[in-house]
Amino acid sequence: MIGMKQMVAVSAIAILAATGVARAEEPLKAEVIHWWTSGGESAAISVFADAFNAAGGEWVDNAVAGGSAARSAAINRIIGGDPSTAALFNTSRQYHEIIGEGLLNDIDAVATQNNWDKVLPEPIIKAVKVDGKYYAAPVNIHMPLWIWYSSAALDKAGVEKPPETMDEFFAALDKLKAAGITPLALGGQRWQENSLFSAVLTNVGGGKLWKSVYGDKDEAAIRSPEFRKVVETFISLKPYVDQASPGRNWNDTTALLIKNEAGFQVMGDWAKGEFKQANKEIGKDYGCIPGLRPDSPYVLGGDVFVFPKTDNAEQIKAQHLLVEIMTNPDVQVKFNNLKGSIPIRADVDVSSLDACAQLGMKIMSDPARQAPDASQMMEEFVYGSVQDIVTELWNTPMTVDQAIDRFDKALRG
Amino acid sequence: MGADLTRHVKRNIVAYIALLPMAAVVIFAYLGTMAWSVRLSFSSSKLLPRNDFVGFAQYVTLFDTSRWQTSLGNLAIIAFFFLLICFVLGCLLAIFIDQNVRAESLFRTVFLYPYAMSFVVAGLIWQWILNPDLGIQHTMHGLGFSGFVLDWVVNPQMVLYAIILATVWHGSGLVMALILAGLRGVDTEIWKATRIDGIPAWRVYVSIVLPMLRPMIITSLVLLSISIVKMYDVVVAMTNGGPGTASEVPAKFIMDNLFERANIGLATAASTVMLVTVLLVMAPVIYSQYFRKSGRAS
Repeated sequence: MIGMKQMVAVSAIAILAATGVARAEEPLKAEVIHWWTSGGESAAISVFADAFNAAGGEWVDNAVAGGSAARSAAINRIIGGDPSTAALFNTSRQYHEIIGEGLLNDIDAVATQNNWDKVLPEPIIKAVKVDGKYYAAPVNIHMPLWIWYSSAALDKAGVEKPPETMDEFFAALDKLKAAGITPLALGGQRWQENSLFSAVLTNVGGGKLWKSVYGDKDEAAIRSPEFRKVVETFISLKPYVDQASPGRNWNDTTALLIKNEAGFQVMGDWAKGEFKQANKEIGKDYGCIPGLRPDSPYVLGGDVFVFPKTDNAEQIKAQHLLVEIMTNPDVQVKFNNLKGSIPIRADVDVSSLDACAQLGMKIMSDPARQAPDASQMMEEFVYGSVQDIVTELWNTPMTVDQAIDRFDKALRG
Repeated sequence: MGADLTRHVKRNIVAYIALLPMAAVVIFAYLGTMAWSVRLSFSSSKLLPRNDFVGFAQYVTLFDTSRWQTSLGNLAIIAFFFLLICFVLGCLLAIFIDQNVRAESLFRTVFLYPYAMSFVVAGLIWQWILNPDLGIQHTMHGLGFSGFVLDWVVNPQMVLYAIILATVWHGSGLVMALILAGLRGVDTEIWKATRIDGIPAWRVYVSIVLPMLRPMIITSLVLLSISIVKMYDVVVAMTNGGPGTASEVPAKFIMDNLFERANIGLATAASTVMLVTVLLVMAPVIYSQYFRKSGRAS
């Protein structure tokens, strides 16, 4: 009998204690859908998770492999009326339609408090601010069009210094070819071929043409001799690519530079991760070229978190705390160092960033060289058609005139 | 008549109840979503489904898209060669095995084994074999035959045949198993009779045995056709539609537009076109299977 009484008492106390504790300090629960599953990526996102948990939250991780699968999952949850607290998207137009439908909470309160209008680069503001309100928290800036090179391959081919202009670039390609090294490493997948085209457009055409063709979709610009030159230059790169290029993954392509079997690769700053994993050093084993003209535009891609509509006060509190944490200067530096990207704000301590990231921060500080990513200037389906043209242009004997006609139709159609 | 019907229903009430869940699933999940997709193909839906009506605008865009035209052309080529080679090869394999060869079960397993693999695995295997940097070409160069070229997966002119090769390797075992089962059901008396009449074996197969196997043949053709229409995974694993758009197929066009390009209207228009095509192709088969048979019976 005594045992029974004791048991009842103990369990009553336990229940009281449990509910009491829960009432007193129930953590702010935040479920976050994202697609950062690879080694470096998951290390990066755990910076957010740890900082959020330390600030009294409870991070519920919902990683879905693959960008489009994760975004579909987030959108299905939103439409189904059971949204997550936050969801990852690319800094683009991917989430503009759900803003239009009123399915996202704005985060203006946090943005105003932290003076986002001043600290964020203008193209990023344009991508996350709709109708005067902030709807997405940018967390990083990826520049997708870096030109990487293998120092040993350039040495072997007799290229004295990394190219600074398009002419020097072609001269280096010719020397590499003569030395029996694959001059240009390209993974023949739609998006990689598109990166190469974008690099030619920004470096041959310049930032103005980039914005007038992709942004304004101006017919005169599409049919201008400058854009024609871009298409011709792109085609003239074909002989510098090896035969096994089609279908190759970007990291297998970077591996060619690591093994000094290829000279150059156009790839986003995430390629650094591959070099670092292979214990290669910037400046010694490999290098990064931001552009091939003094005013080459610095294209600002990246990722943002959006915050689905909810009336639950706790959830809104959690959403605001997430924004606060993710854009905090210290967290930004720590996160971006692991992600390979650069922080979204200029007012951070750059000393712990690597040489390429510091170079990127310096270029980005000049507003004249900031340029939006192509995905921020057009709808996804328009960008899809543009990529279809680029990949056909690269893989079929399409003429320059045909290509220009098709660009015109896709962009202005 | 009415009383008959009620008695019939009453007697089979348990069977009807058992069938109800499946019938509901078919009506709501299959036909319902099919109708919903067709409805969306007449809307301007992009990322989210919209309820407006834009007529045939999505279809006009669709047939004006060069990637869709390429996809349809590719599917036609794949369908023709895949059906033909798979079927002929499957029949021949079955007939050879039917000659009471030694280690028959070993051969049966070997030929049917590829079918047990998913298309993704089959696609990856062949991608590696045909990849000039990893596969046969690389090996041959290593052995000193530097002129040897086998670049099907990276050659826009040959990439479709690489896919056909992989799918034939995957699918002919199924045809073999079905036809072999049919051959085993053929009465041995028929063979004895033809032997007495001195008819050559090939003639017996072509004129007597194969016509008797009509149900097996139709089943295998239907199964092969279905795998052609939904062909997606093998292409994604082998080439991802490349080089360029040289190996794009309609199912991949639909998936890309649905998920990556936030273009639901165009994707549903494309899937409606596929649905209509399948119905048109299947109509003669269904007709010959059901209507002619019942006609003969009456």
